[in-house]
Amino acid sequence: MRVTDSRTSYGLVTWALHWIMGLAIIGVFALGLWMVELDYYSPYYTLAPDIHRSVGMLLLFALAARFIWRVLNPKPSSEELTPLERLSSNIVHWGFYPLLAALLISGYLISTADGKPISVFGWFDVPATLTGSGQETTAGNIHWALAWTVMAVTTVHALAALKHHFWDKSHILSRMWSGPFTRN
Amino acid sequence: MSFYKAAALSLIAGALLAAVPAQAADYAIDQKGQHAAITFRIKHLGFSWLTGRFDTFSGTFSYDEKDPSKSSVKVEIDTASVNSNHAERDKHLRSDDFLDVAKFPNATFVSTSVEPAGDGKATITGDLTLHGVTKEVKIDATFVGAGEDPWGGYRAGFTGTTKLTLADFAIKRDLGPSAKDVELILDVEGVRQ
Repeated sequence: MRVTDSRTSYGLVTWALHWIMGLAIIGVFALGLWMVELDYYSPYYTLAPDIHRSVGMLLLFALAARFIWRVLNPKPSSEELTPLERLSSNIVHWGFYPLLAALLISGYLISTADGKPISVFGWFDVPATLTGSGQETTAGNIHWALAWTVMAVTTVHALAALKHHFWDKSHILSRMWSGPFTRN
Repeated sequence: MSFYKAAALSLIAGALLAAVPAQAADYAIDQKGQHAAITFRIKHLGFSWLTGRFDTFSGTFSYDEKDPSKSSVKVEIDTASVNSNHAERDKHLRSDDFLDVAKFPNATFVSTSVEPAGDGKATITGDLTLHGVTKEVKIDATFVGAGEDPWGGYRAGFTGTTKLTLADFAIKRDLGPSAKDVELILDVEGVRQ
């Protein structure tokens, strides 16, 4: 079982980060939509945002780690794609990093706008950095717009993967689905 | 001797002497020096008081020491400046669940009448526009003090309180049975213009 990536397959680290982060991002998006509609007397009124913030902060650290890992590892080839597909996939794959970074940082800037830290599941605190009057509202608008943008890009990403799998009969999806467990 | 007794006596003396008619003086609320605050408080679950404030507002008042009933006041509040010392809550308060500041960036109070109640107290009736709804409210006002400041100006200050029902101003978000009303407290010091 490979830990690192190669020109032909994804290793354990990339595979685990891809699927854990993917599920967490979709989960925390749904949680975000749901939690802002909660009734004040809902038992989840404070718990849901606590989880949303905590997972968001862990995602930010995971994103940084993943970016470093991506740069240090070879990227599995995309030779079978058409030039247009290859360009699009590069834009989507690399575009996820700045998009997610901006999404996660904007969320962080909401909760820390008046100087208070974010507690990650009570394990540790992420201190505030930028603060300012009205920052939470500006950051909130950006967070909302970016969340939907990331979901739109995720949909394109997933549809493209399915298209390569079922339409083009390529191994692109299987390669990430099975990751380090792929039999050669 | 209380201020109002002094004012009443001087009014009588003025009338007796057929002096110049009573003159109301205009004051601007001292925002620059931050000797003014608009705070609010609302019960949290019925267990405690939550306090917040509006950081940005401006206003003027006219105060007639001899005949307080000729006084008037006008205040304009920047609703986006709401501050309850909790960023996420402030964001929520600005949203359309509460103040909807994108749609209603200002709240105003314009007095329509002042009814002195003696001993430095008065009831100020006026129109409060909040969340796009204008409604008559009564502010219980108390004169705090007036006089020359050490820097060549003349100041007068008041405190006033009133109680609003959120639903009356079309703020429908339900915070529970003990949080239907919010108390508004205005502490203002004006510099005579």
